[in-house]
Amino acid sequence: MNEQDTTRAGDVLPAEEFGAEAVRLDQGHVVGHGGIPEVFQNPGLPPHAPRTTDLSEAAAKRAEKQVAALFALSIVGTIVFVLAYFLVDIRATTYVPGIGVMALQHLLLGIGMAAALLGIGFGAVHWAKTLMPDEEVVEMRHPMRSSDADRAAVVQTLTDGGEAAQINRRPLIKYTLGGALGLFAVPVVLPVLGGLGPMPQKSLSLTFWNGGPSGPGEEPTFTPMRLMRDPENTPIKASDVTIGSVFHVLPEGLLDLEHGVLEEKAKAAVLLMRLDPKDIKVQKEIDWGHQGIVAYSKICTHVGCPVGLYEQGTHHLLCPCHQSTFDVTQDCKVIFGPAKRALPQLKITVDDEGYLVSAQPFREAVGPSFWERG
Amino acid sequence: MMTTANARPADALRADDRPVSTRTPSAGARKIGGVAGWVDDRTGAAKGVGYLMKKVFPDHWSFMLGEIAMYSMIIALISGAFLTLWFVPSMGHTVYDGSYAPLRGVEMSEAYASTLHISFDVRGGLIIRQIHHWAALMFVVAVVVHMFRVFFTGAFRKPRELNWVIGSVLALLAIVEGFSGYSLPDDLLSGTGIRAMQGFVQTAPVIGSYLVYGIFGGPFPGEAIIPRLYSAHILLLPAVIIGLFTAHILLVAIQKHTQYPGPGRTNDNVVGFPVMPVYAAKAGGFFFIVFGVIALIAAVISINPVWGYGPYDPSPVTAGSQPDWYMGFADGALRLLPGWLEFTALGYTLSLNIMPGALILLPLVYVVVGVYPFVERWITGDDREHHLLQRPRNAPVRTAIGMAGITMYSVLMFAAANDIMAIKLHMSINDITYFLRTAFFVAPFIVFWVTKRICLSLQRADRNKVLHQRESGTIIRTPEGAFFERHEGLSEYERWKLVDFEPVAPIQLEQRVDANGVEKPLTGKDRMRARLSRFYFKDAVQPVTPAELAAAHHDGHGHEAIEAGEHAGSVHR
Ligand code: HEM
Ligand code: FES
Repeated sequence: MNEQDTTRAGDVLPAEEFGAEAVRLDQGHVVGHGGIPEVFQNPGLPPHAPRTTDLSEAAAKRAEKQVAALFALSIVGTIVFVLAYFLVDIRATTYVPGIGVMALQHLLLGIGMAAALLGIGFGAVHWAKTLMPDEEVVEMRHPMRSSDADRAAVVQTLTDGGEAAQINRRPLIKYTLGGALGLFAVPVVLPVLGGLGPMPQKSLSLTFWNGGPSGPGEEPTFTPMRLMRDPENTPIKASDVTIGSVFHVLPEGLLDLEHGVLEEKAKAAVLLMRLDPKDIKVQKEIDWGHQGIVAYSKICTHVGCPVGLYEQGTHHLLCPCHQSTFDVTQDCKVIFGPAKRALPQLKITVDDEGYLVSAQPFREAVGPSFWERG
Repeated sequence: MMTTANARPADALRADDRPVSTRTPSAGARKIGGVAGWVDDRTGAAKGVGYLMKKVFPDHWSFMLGEIAMYSMIIALISGAFLTLWFVPSMGHTVYDGSYAPLRGVEMSEAYASTLHISFDVRGGLIIRQIHHWAALMFVVAVVVHMFRVFFTGAFRKPRELNWVIGSVLALLAIVEGFSGYSLPDDLLSGTGIRAMQGFVQTAPVIGSYLVYGIFGGPFPGEAIIPRLYSAHILLLPAVIIGLFTAHILLVAIQKHTQYPGPGRTNDNVVGFPVMPVYAAKAGGFFFIVFGVIALIAAVISINPVWGYGPYDPSPVTAGSQPDWYMGFADGALRLLPGWLEFTALGYTLSLNIMPGALILLPLVYVVVGVYPFVERWITGDDREHHLLQRPRNAPVRTAIGMAGITMYSVLMFAAANDIMAIKLHMSINDITYFLRTAFFVAPFIVFWVTKRICLSLQRADRNKVLHQRESGTIIRTPEGAFFERHEGLSEYERWKLVDFEPVAPIQLEQRVDANGVEKPLTGKDRMRARLSRFYFKDAVQPVTPAELAAAHHDGHGHEAIEAGEHAGSVHR
């Protein structure tokens, strides 16, 4: 730690602090050839201007009362807080103009606390500004670097230490120690990395539509599945889907799972829409649908938000996260925004009872891209 | 420990110290002395404490920005510890039966249910939750603005580069800490944020899907992410943040605070108030003010009302999901990056439409910020210690670079609100996006140029003020019938503020000669450095010298002296 030199303002300050090679910036610019002949001199601290509280005892007394009033306000704030804590019903609400209906206790606790804190804060600052000395004090700096002798001594101590330990003379110790320390990271890091989570295997490319749970290591076999309303979990008749309607859809059985409902939903959520087949511009889209009823993955191919704003007039699907826009008449290809790939289509048909069912699983991975998705 | 070669007679200084009170200590003071004596007998702390209590801190409003950051961090720590008493970091399923009627009977995670419990059933829980969130936001804002202050005044120059780097890491960690906290309640909005994060990570080349399964402990969302974020949020990150913060503040104490140039202030003194009593009262009082303001905001302005969003579920749509403000720029970058940047070849997908904004931008910003002092130092070749700050106008190119950087950042922030702008301004979102894409590349250049011009003209105005004093607006008619405007004199104190900066000139390319008198060829690096130095300093405006002032006074008009010529002197070598 530096030794401390505190001087009163206006002292003459020593000029040799920084030694010969350092430059005194305050005292002058470095003058090169043809440079400036002379520079202004630092005039030193301006004379101290006393405050009214320094000059008049009445003003000082007034400041004292103000500070005390602020501290008293703090005490009142704390009392408000305590009373509100015990006396106000936690469910009581109140109307505050400009804000609306609020929990009364919350409001009073907050205001009481704010008053308690602000009273102390403003009181202390006002006290400092009006009554504590406002004459500035000068403290000297010293260059940060240690002296050459100190630096050399540290290097010496280190070399001596190494010498005493004979580390350089005994390479066997040096290299085995290095190896041991380096390898010691393994027992620390391995259990962390090894235990974090399972390998993804194929699960990013599968969904519940493949025939059932699609976590890592699971290999569902395809069976046609009914399209169910989300969250009602009821099957959908083709005749229920009128032109212009949109249904949020999950595969049959997903909501009945014991485990992994959210994980399966995050991949299997589908949007079902009905268009006039004349509006559809892509033959595959018509073929994979049923009389203009088409089903598309609801998981945005950008970073995976649920796509959910359907503009009936234009047949555009809009993702609320970054505004990727997909055109349902063109096989949900991206017409605007940061996503690259079209939403994958789910091939559907109707079963004997007239309910919509899947005809095959998704043919590509749904949701955000990943390296090996192909 | 430092030894200082200091030949100054210490006695002379002591003689000038405040007179020691000769009154006998009061009973209270004696009691304090007794307890302190007990501690000092066992620790020898009196010397250090005495030193700290006399330490001098310069006073300026812009120095309070760092204090705001420090205090809001402490407030977040205190309020966060309170929240841990009730918050349950679990994604286990439960059915809500608390007192918030609209959600009763709804299935949700225990994390979300416990957040509702804190908000509705713990007395004072909501106010602390809101204080915690507002303190977190204030923390990040204050850190960023504090960083601007340090940048634009050149406070990062030697010997403070290290502290600048520590600060940059802190700023990055603050954002990560904020994001991890925002995600904890497991509501629909924050869950959608985690979903996006999952999408980002998944796009990492080669290892993306493995990373995701590692982070989430299996398929998204799994049950691991909230407990893991929790341990990061309340243990790992706070530990690192507190450690770095302590180093940060220790360095400030050891290196002593910088100060603005002014009469009496030099590069090797600190002019200000001693800790005891003035600075302690002001800074201590300011902690309560910051806390009080946060409490007041928390009382009246609702933040993150999670009960309105519902529990997280990957399929319902969240309209207009917005992250906390500090994530805005990355979100904006994601909106601006066009989809055609995703490439597929040989069965592998590289998503350059996502990676740069999601995985690269954040660390990149902080790497660029962190290395700036070293770059500037290399260009200027300036190896001296600097304890006097620069007025931003006196470093026009640096100021302009900073403003250009802020502009890029702001364009991305705006982009994060492109949908809101489209609705509010009745414009097509496509047009806004194309406009912002262009602005990201063009606006920084414009802002750079404009800022530099503004700085240079402010500097010229300063010169003008010194040379021609201040225009009083009073027109005087001489007996001969000529008119002139009377100029009022600047006091030497006022003048000093305007002339106390260094004259600078670009470094010149010189043929160097080695010890044997053989010319060393100029390297590409030398040339690069000379070019950059020209870029920084070629149109530098120099401070007025007494000679110029004398000349200006001599000839009443003296306009030719306003712009000083280039000084061949090379301060920066
Ligand atoms: C210093 C930086 C910190 C930042 C920027 C930060 C940020 C946040 C944010 C934004 C939230 C979301 C709160 C909400 O709206 O409900 C949060 C929640 C939470 N934080 Fe922090 N936090 C910080 C430190 C801490 C510390 C030190 C602790 C514990 C010792 C903590 C404990 C918690 C807990 C338990 C929650 C979840 C409770 C809830 O949401 O009601 N935080 N944090
Ligand atoms: S997640 Fe849909 S646009 Fe980004």
